[in-house]
Amino acid sequence: MRHGFRLYRHYIAINIRSAMQYKSSFFLTMLGQLLSTVSTLFGVVFMFQRFPVVKGFTLNDVILCCGIVQMQFSLSEMWARGFDSFAQIVRKGEYDRVLLRPRNEILQVFGAKFELSRIGRLIQGILMLAYGIVRIRIRWDFMKILTLFNMIFGGTALFTGLCIVRAGLCFFTLEGLEFMNIFTDGAREHGKYPLNIYGEKFLLFCTVAIPYALVQYYPLIYILGQRDGCGYPFLPLLSLWFLIPSLALFRFGVRHYQSSGS
Amino acid sequence: MIHMENVVKTYKVARRNAGAKAAFRALFRREYELIRALSGISFTIEDGEMVALLGPNGAGKSTTIKILSGILYPDSGRVECNGFVPYKDRMRYTREIGVVFGQRSQLFWDVPVADSFELLRDIYDIPEADFRKNEAELTELLQLQEILRTPARQLSLGQRMRCEIAGSLLHSPKILFLDEPTIGLDAVSKLALRQFVKNLNEEKKTTVILTTHDMQDVEALSKRVIMIGKGKLLLDGTIDDIRKEGESLDESLVEFYEGIDGMTGKEEEQP
Repeated sequence: MRHGFRLYRHYIAINIRSAMQYKSSFFLTMLGQLLSTVSTLFGVVFMFQRFPVVKGFTLNDVILCCGIVQMQFSLSEMWARGFDSFAQIVRKGEYDRVLLRPRNEILQVFGAKFELSRIGRLIQGILMLAYGIVRIRIRWDFMKILTLFNMIFGGTALFTGLCIVRAGLCFFTLEGLEFMNIFTDGAREHGKYPLNIYGEKFLLFCTVAIPYALVQYYPLIYILGQRDGCGYPFLPLLSLWFLIPSLALFRFGVRHYQSSGS
Repeated sequence: MIHMENVVKTYKVARRNAGAKAAFRALFRREYELIRALSGISFTIEDGEMVALLGPNGAGKSTTIKILSGILYPDSGRVECNGFVPYKDRMRYTREIGVVFGQRSQLFWDVPVADSFELLRDIYDIPEADFRKNEAELTELLQLQEILRTPARQLSLGQRMRCEIAGSLLHSPKILFLDEPTIGLDAVSKLALRQFVKNLNEEKKTTVILTTHDMQDVEALSKRVIMIGKGKLLLDGTIDDIRKEGESLDESLVEFYEGIDGMTGKEEEQP
């Protein structure tokens, strides 16, 4: 376990050193990441010019929510990039190499790619979160700060789980996995608004099937002071259960691996 | 000891006709074709042997190497290498083997080769003293002094192949698999590489299994030859079993393939 952690750090160090070989490319990608998702923010702002309040949420509430989801998503893209681009790893036959090494496959795939340039999107998320925090009069206490950290942690884990599911499906088909983007990119898009605005049934789906609501809607209303209850701060951690079936699917897929090329 | 008994491996390959219409149809109904890569291969290789796997493209050589190194599960049959079943005891077994794919790299592209080696040290948990010793020895033998500080992407193919081989030997494996190690190398690099592999086998008693299309590799390196064609074992013997008077080895080899029913002309590339 300790060795595993050391190895993971080593992988990250090599990935960062590799990225630094192409400095201008790195900074341009980062800048692009930072700017491209600004459109998301504009969409929200325009919407609120017509309707000042949506289901009890103000513009600032939504910006706060949007920032948190953006952070969850970009953190998962940053550290689980190996799973995110797993189809490519399989196609290039790099997965053969993973199997040739006396290390856990999952650790190796995490280590294979670390996408530092996603820091652009992360910064944007942090800025939105900061703006929300400054503009909304939230009475911060320890539990609320803990809730915020749990949201970021749980949400990153959830998006990571979705990447692992998509990677697991790569073992069965290398094409047609675009539909999985509904759950990743789609969730990021829908996730900018608190999930209850889409209706009860959707909220239920996002609570039990793929637990988006556990890292977004429920802890959010706690932070905003709309609800109270000592369970709320810990709800985001429940989303960790999603990692279990995700990893199981991946492990099952490994057995179906056919390798590629000579 | 490496032992394969009656190993069968089949791939499922999606097939469709050329053209947009067929591609569209394949979206909804996929037709699969089963391709037999290995149909009952058996052989035994003792410790310290050097064996060349021969056969035309798509014969099943790479599949054999992939099963022996634990990448692929066979459909049926028995495989045992040094007391391990490769695809089941992957974690323990892979510590004892080194694998070089001539057409793929295991080095990180954008960092100096030495950095990749250090990562390998952590991957294989090589004790620092052993690592330093092995690295120094391999650097000396493969003449890597000048190139260890260069990023892999800036190396020539010959230089890179030397680094690949050093990388797979850092953890002192007992078995070394070389899949087309001399492909695309110039004469100087080829000779140096052959000499190195020969010494490794003689002095360290490392078992070496190589696949190649270069008959000079085979002549220079291995006494024993295992020939595979269409997933079957065609020959387990020596290079002299193929050689004929007054012909080049390549010519004799083609004749040998032709002697076997429908061997040439309609080879199938396999995944």
